[in-house]
Amino acid sequence: MRTAVVVFPGVNCEHDVAHAIRALGGDADLVWHRDTDLSGYDGAILPGGFAHGDALRAGAIARFSPAMREIARLAARGAPVLGICNGWQVLCEAGLIPGAHIANRDLSFICRFVEVEVTDTSSILTRATEMGQRLRIPLNSYQGNWVDPSQAGRVVLRYVADPNGSQDRAAAVANAAGNVVGVMPHPERASDRLLGSADGQVLLESFLHSLVPA
Amino acid sequence: MRVTITIDRRPEIADPEGTTVLRALHELGFTETLSVRMDRVIHMDVDGDDTARVKMRVEEMCRRLLANPVLEDFTVEVAE
Repeated sequence: MRTAVVVFPGVNCEHDVAHAIRALGGDADLVWHRDTDLSGYDGAILPGGFAHGDALRAGAIARFSPAMREIARLAARGAPVLGICNGWQVLCEAGLIPGAHIANRDLSFICRFVEVEVTDTSSILTRATEMGQRLRIPLNSYQGNWVDPSQAGRVVLRYVADPNGSQDRAAAVANAAGNVVGVMPHPERASDRLLGSADGQVLLESFLHSLVPA
Repeated sequence: MRVTITIDRRPEIADPEGTTVLRALHELGFTETLSVRMDRVIHMDVDGDDTARVKMRVEEMCRRLLANPVLEDFTVEVAE
């Protein structure tokens, strides 16, 4: 089963994500954002970075990339779609996850390990975890402050200590079906003990376990 | 036609940049400043001579791309 890692101009975590997926035994291909056929893939990850330079708003331009039509199709058929950091911002702009992101409460770019707690184990990011399990994963963002006036998003990971003002201390949010998830800290940067933590592995394993043949 | 679009963050949504600017103004002694919102203005030149149609098209641009409906409201002014 294959995972598409979508490369928008300006993203910078695509190789890390593909490496982490492969290290866990998965198959991952980098696909260009202008690709219009992702029918050979069983799931997709939108990696972090600055898609289209975050022009206008983070994710605002990327959501119109041709590959996003395929992402919406994957999401609609229940396939796992994961947005990491900037990828979550793209999924919000695309309307695939409720809410939007604004600047961190203290206007600081946060780049450090944070601790998150599992609050929902029925999403493609958390199904291999246990309720209440705590994970140490690096956060690396300026606009990680998620707001959702609709209150429709399902928080699946919560910061133990609020770093950025995110509503409900949300570190990861799922759509109603649980197959589309956005996460602000980077699981791929905590996928090996050499990186200071391997706690992200269980999240990426959850994603891999969620893949079902197209 | 000259078009001016104002994109305002809804009052109930936090504006961390506005809060920081307000604090800086207070530190500089401008203590009369009661609130700051960092809203955005976009200027455009749009081909067309029918004000109502230009306004309608630009409002559509706002809905589809320029404003985020979760966070923002917009107003469009078209100069003859």
